[in-house]
Amino acid sequence: MSAQEYAFTVLAVVGGLSAIAVVTARNVVHAALYLVVTLLSVGGVYLLLGAEFVAWVQILIYVGAIVILFLFGLMLTKAPIGRDTLDNQQRWLGALVGVGVFAGLVFLIQEAFPVQDAERFETFHATTDAVGESIFRNYVLPFEAVSFLLLAALIGAIVLARKDDAS
Amino acid sequence: MSDYYSSYGVVLAVLTAGALLVAVAFTTARLVAPNAPNREKLTTYECGIDPVGDGWSQSHVRYYVYGFLFVIFDVESVFLFPWARVLESIGYAAVVEMTIFIGILAVGLLYAWRKGVLRWA
Repeated sequence: MSAQEYAFTVLAVVGGLSAIAVVTARNVVHAALYLVVTLLSVGGVYLLLGAEFVAWVQILIYVGAIVILFLFGLMLTKAPIGRDTLDNQQRWLGALVGVGVFAGLVFLIQEAFPVQDAERFETFHATTDAVGESIFRNYVLPFEAVSFLLLAALIGAIVLARKDDAS
Repeated sequence: MSDYYSSYGVVLAVLTAGALLVAVAFTTARLVAPNAPNREKLTTYECGIDPVGDGWSQSHVRYYVYGFLFVIFDVESVFLFPWARVLESIGYAAVVEMTIFIGILAVGLLYAWRKGVLRWA
């Protein structure tokens, strides 16, 4: 095995185990912290794939921001911590959905990127320059649409969180 | 491509050195330090004052708006990195594109300000 394959194995095992820990943790705060480890592993896998920009965005946005939002959300709730309150009786349904999603993704990825073509992707390295070129030259409209999406999310959060003084 | 991986080898080495530093420091402290706990010592340290209440307390929803504002502008700032890389080659068009993008988000900030969620009352 090459160094990349070793690194991938380590990341996959750590990411997988911490993902299991996320759903089995008794304390929701611990679950959120395990999620950090999972997301970091995913970031590491992106790095190995040569998607440098995506990897750092993953770490900056998901680890740096989304998990913070999770923790804020947990601090807002009066959620009692404990096995009984976090569990519900839909494990089999959950397992079924999980297996279904996994099978669907494996099928789609296999169709889109067949193993025979693996050599084509071997030397792929998406630089930040290339990402910038494609966003600001070819995909300007989707980029501006993202700002409307963010605006809608921001206004939605304010409307939900604000205490209305007037009425 | 091998340059790319070897440059991240340096990052990996720094991470390993950092983890070792913490591990060695904590292990040494555990081995060397005398251990004589009592009830007082085992209470949570809270600025030297006796801790009040539970570790789990509910916070006000207004913190969430600040968290959310942070996430929105974090996502915005991510786009600034590739933008800065191509600014020189694309020129004024890129400046206009980014101005529109930030302008639309600034409307959201203006809304938050006008609705008074930024005021700490």
